[in-house]
Amino acid sequence: MSALIWLIPLIPLLGFIINGLTRNSVPKMVNGIIGSGVVLISFVLSVLAYLEVSAARDAGEAGSFTLHLFDWFAVGSLKIALSFLLDPLSAIMLLIITGVGFLIHLYSSAYMAHDEGFGKFFAYLNLFIFFMTILVLGSNYLVMFIGWEGVGLCSYLLIGFWFKNVSYAAAAKKAFIMNRIGDLGFLIAMFFILETFGTLEYSEVFAGANGLPVGTPIVVVITLLLFVAATGKSAQIPLFTWLPDAMAGPTPVSALIHAATMVTAGIYLVVRSNVLFLLAPLSMEIMAVVGVVTAFVAAFIALTQNDIKKVLAYSTVSQLGYMFLGLGVGAFTGAFFHVLTHAFFKALLFLGAGSVIHAVHDEQDMRKMGGLRKALPITFGTMLIGTVAISGIPPFAGFFSKDEILAHAFQHQPIFWVLGLITAFFTAFYMFRLLFLTFFGKFRGTPEQQSHLHESPWAMTVPLIILAVLSVVGGFINVPEVLGGQHKLQAFLAPILEAGEVAGTAMTLSHSTEYGLMGLSVLGAIAMAVFAYIKYVKNAQVPEADEKPKSLLYRLSYYKLYVDELYDALFVKPLGKLSTVFFKYVDKTGIDGFVNGVGDFFTGSGRGIRLLQSGHVGFYIIMMVVSIIAILMYGMFYS
Amino acid sequence: MDNFLTQIQGVPLNHYIIFCSIIFAIGVTGVLIRRNVIIIMMSIELMLNSVNLLLAAFSAYRGDASGQVFVFFIMALAAAEVAVGLAIIIMVYRNTKSVDIESLSKLRW
Repeated sequence: MSALIWLIPLIPLLGFIINGLTRNSVPKMVNGIIGSGVVLISFVLSVLAYLEVSAARDAGEAGSFTLHLFDWFAVGSLKIALSFLLDPLSAIMLLIITGVGFLIHLYSSAYMAHDEGFGKFFAYLNLFIFFMTILVLGSNYLVMFIGWEGVGLCSYLLIGFWFKNVSYAAAAKKAFIMNRIGDLGFLIAMFFILETFGTLEYSEVFAGANGLPVGTPIVVVITLLLFVAATGKSAQIPLFTWLPDAMAGPTPVSALIHAATMVTAGIYLVVRSNVLFLLAPLSMEIMAVVGVVTAFVAAFIALTQNDIKKVLAYSTVSQLGYMFLGLGVGAFTGAFFHVLTHAFFKALLFLGAGSVIHAVHDEQDMRKMGGLRKALPITFGTMLIGTVAISGIPPFAGFFSKDEILAHAFQHQPIFWVLGLITAFFTAFYMFRLLFLTFFGKFRGTPEQQSHLHESPWAMTVPLIILAVLSVVGGFINVPEVLGGQHKLQAFLAPILEAGEVAGTAMTLSHSTEYGLMGLSVLGAIAMAVFAYIKYVKNAQVPEADEKPKSLLYRLSYYKLYVDELYDALFVKPLGKLSTVFFKYVDKTGIDGFVNGVGDFFTGSGRGIRLLQSGHVGFYIIMMVVSIIAILMYGMFYS
Repeated sequence: MDNFLTQIQGVPLNHYIIFCSIIFAIGVTGVLIRRNVIIIMMSIELMLNSVNLLLAAFSAYRGDASGQVFVFFIMALAAAEVAVGLAIIIMVYRNTKSVDIESLSKLRW
């Protein structure tokens, strides 16, 4: 199987080509079946690949298979190959991408059924799966970069899918531009890696880095740049504002790209390069600080948002902040574990939100929803499971992953743990607020909407159910020793995270401390859930449709800490002015002036010179005589 | 012959040069200034003839006969040129009923 992993990206690419070419000429069902089918085939192949890696790990080997396709660059001493690497980390990522991807493709076949761009949508989704699998399968930084840029492109295409709406197209541009800023960091990091290690292959770079002392300046620079790249792709401060705006795209896009897969590419990059990061404690600190601050700020903003998808978007940013916090304090397994569980419950939550939006005819404001649990029982049940999972309440998946990160954070620096804990409380509160506002109380929409409320078709509810099951049991793959488990995921990923063991980021807290930390977070989450229940169900303090926030904190949260306005004033407007200057003075006056000037010069001189052709023969004769004299003089004096 | 040549060389060469230059200049001025095409043809003839005279003078003073041979060529050329020139003038007259050179100023911007 490891010799066939090139099929895993290729088949979705074929799906893209076929769907793209036939999108207007075949019935929608064909596009849907091809689109979903190719991802299903990739999923089956990914399962086979995972089983092979798992068997190798069980036998005690490293479980790492390289497939060299061809030499891409062979210039002088620079050798870069197009080759794939199948190892525990990429195997699990493949499972997530193709598995959750397939569920979302299935969901989209029902969600987008009335859209005229149905075939195009599936083509783009397949292209995204292609690029994402390339990203995780790459065995060197350049192949990863191909996938990296490609998913940025697909993100742009899919966010701006309904391109006729100008603001959606603007959101797509914003996402792509912010991603690009990160890409620049990635590129420069690659240049430095090439210069320092002479190669971009993971195995060779990490082998070369093994002997270096901790804190080598060049490694710090490389890791900081890689972190900048991760910031752009995974929406951390300061490049996070594109993700809430990306909710302009269809909900399956938000679920796939902005919850489960693309935004986790940044974390994948860091986990993959953990050898380099462990040599740069400064970068890890910065990563942890940025992560925890992002988590806190995003959760703070999510507290007051009224658009169901925006709440989930800020929740995603916040959870990604948790993952970076985990990476920064050395909990690489914990962060990756959180990627896994987050993929399950966040995709579930987004798909559930899509189901709700579908039922109320594209209304996204929660203030106009309410009391939907009778009409949408499956959606309600699965979203309840997702909400409990994200709040970190055991035994659902979110608890195990979040707690592992928080425990490492406490061990590293208690203040991180405090902020992480408060963020966890916020998370529980706003998620349960979402649940209660949407599903409890009286329906606050129009009577016409009320008469049309219906549960979604099976193609939408089956993925919800599957994801709900995964959210429940997904945590059990990495139960920590303190709770009697065997940390299976950590053992599985051990060959990739060897350097971590040496650098001593393993858990050293006592069991009682861990129990205390766990207890605090769980109790706090449950308390927040109860508080939300009291506020929104018992007291029914639903925000009014036109309510304007009053207090300062409320305003800061509601208006997203004015970050967009800040960026607008700091970057967008000055760039716009600079662009106007270039347009008016450099382009119009300078370049156009020069080019037109050349033309004008010739026209003007022609106008002047043609006056010589007066037609007077006498004038001509005089000219002739004068010229002959001149030639004679020249001949006499200068030759 | 000797006597004849000595007699001719009694007039210094400079006189011939100055004389022919003046005649040539008068010819050029005539071409530039006059409006009647026939007078212009006459001025051209004047220029040619002044050159003829100068050539003959040089030939006499050097004792080299090639100057006089060249004069024959110029005379033949002048005759042919006058024939063609007058033919053109006749055609111009038939078309514009005038021998004024300004009547030909049609090829203007």
